[in-house]
Amino acid sequence: MRQASRPGYRIFYDINGWAFVSVALLLIGTFMVYPIIQSLWMSFHAGQGTMVRFIGLGNVERLTSDPMFLRALTNTFIFLVVQVPIMIVLALVLASCLNMPNLRFRGLLRTAIFLPCVTSLVAYSVLFKSMFSYDGLVNSVLLQLAIIDQPVPWLTDPFWARVVVIAAITWRWTGYNMIFYLAAMQNVDKSIYEAARIDGISATRRFLSITIPVLKPVILFTTVTSTIGTLQMFDEAMNITGGGPADSTLTLSLYIYNLSFKFVPNFGYAATVSYVIVVLVAILAFFQFYVAREKD
Amino acid sequence: MSFEKIRIASIYLFLWVMAFLSIFPFLWMLISATNESNDITKGKLSFGNAMVANYQKFAALFDVGLVFWNSAKIAIVGSVLTLLVSSLAGYGFEVFKSPTRERFYQGILVSMMIPFATLMIPLFILLASFDMLDTHMAVILPTIASAYMVFYFRQNTKAFPPELRDAARVDGLKEWQIFLFVYLPVMRSTYAAAFIIVFMATWNSFLWPLIVLQSVELKTITLVLSSLGSSYTPDFGVIMVATIMATIPTLAVFFAMQRQFVEGMLGSVK
Repeated sequence: MRQASRPGYRIFYDINGWAFVSVALLLIGTFMVYPIIQSLWMSFHAGQGTMVRFIGLGNVERLTSDPMFLRALTNTFIFLVVQVPIMIVLALVLASCLNMPNLRFRGLLRTAIFLPCVTSLVAYSVLFKSMFSYDGLVNSVLLQLAIIDQPVPWLTDPFWARVVVIAAITWRWTGYNMIFYLAAMQNVDKSIYEAARIDGISATRRFLSITIPVLKPVILFTTVTSTIGTLQMFDEAMNITGGGPADSTLTLSLYIYNLSFKFVPNFGYAATVSYVIVVLVAILAFFQFYVAREKD
Repeated sequence: MSFEKIRIASIYLFLWVMAFLSIFPFLWMLISATNESNDITKGKLSFGNAMVANYQKFAALFDVGLVFWNSAKIAIVGSVLTLLVSSLAGYGFEVFKSPTRERFYQGILVSMMIPFATLMIPLFILLASFDMLDTHMAVILPTIASAYMVFYFRQNTKAFPPELRDAARVDGLKEWQIFLFVYLPVMRSTYAAAFIIVFMATWNSFLWPLIVLQSVELKTITLVLSSLGSSYTPDFGVIMVATIMATIPTLAVFFAMQRQFVEGMLGSVK
């Protein structure tokens, strides 16, 4: 600290500081900050190329009367509200089972359940699409077991298409969230559980009143990251269902992609839709942190 | 007592069922790659002998070596550059703290919250103005600007003992020498974990390469796989071979460095 007050040292300190961070700042400035500002600017404009004109909040107005946008927004919320809770609960239950003392084959079971999150989003999407195709594996197995008497139109019925997408994301991400819980559970003092067990408190109660409260910050972290991930979902919607049938699995990101590169390009409107995601991410993250802080 | 036994038995049953469900798509992928397309759709669950034929059909559609090379090149070059740039920055922000730089760092943290969908159109226009569309460099460049990795390296630099740095300074090493010869070797497990995370992300990346790459000879394995999967008359045998090829490198990296991978993931919660 005494050194830091010498002016020569300060300059040395500063030059080195900037030297180390400069390349990253330059790149992040060019490829993140600039695009963020640029897309905000674009969201107030309509048209393309040299025909761009300022329309103020015109794009925002258009959002409210765009059925396809409202569809994408609804779908994204359905995925969020149904899938994230299922996955978080499943991951918690799996983690607490794997954390059971004297569990045999622990490493093997853990690796197996974690493995899906190593695959690429495209690869597993294509796999799920093949498995759930009309004459695909799932239908033939269910038919052979006589659980159903005619094939289920998994990918061509709006309801079942959503079910397949939800099943797919759950398969891919549950193990990922589970690892965080498992790591957090290993930091919990074992003697607390021992004491509770001796007092005759049931396993369910131990889970609800010891494990869950201790894990709250980690649960919050995984909920926020899963929510942000679902809000940005693209690869699965594109590769399992292509957004269909009848736009029942169209996500916001896929709609932005379509607006920019598939339909007649409308970058200004696409940028506006993308800021809807930004606003949602900000609101949800804020809300989740608020809920978590409240009780402390 | 018997209730406890039932409880433990049901936990084992639950875990084995979940483990089976997790691995099943991989097994099915392996089995299917050896079968013909119509056997796969019928739900055949035993090995066949069409593996070579499936691969040959795949090779007739795409230059498999080139596709693989494209993916590897983007993933490796992208990862190495990302690690270099972001570890320098993470080190700089943590070791040379100053109020101005803290503000820049906070800006980086905020930019992490912005989804890629918001960036993609301006990025597309920007790279078009650089005349770089349809090049591998256009895929790699935005990867290198990784706010998350700067955050990751700064978090991990907190564990780097300041005594080592001070001792090196006393010994007369320049700051970049300290970084290169002291920090880098000491932090190699941090680098290993970061490498796995970035490598997997770039190997598996889809949306950005889909937008940027047009030429067939530049396409990566994920793009090829996606186009196979979305064709109207999909040949499932070929798809399975392509899926395996897209999955093998990430599985190999995972099994080789499993511990670092998990540590790296958890590093972001600390």
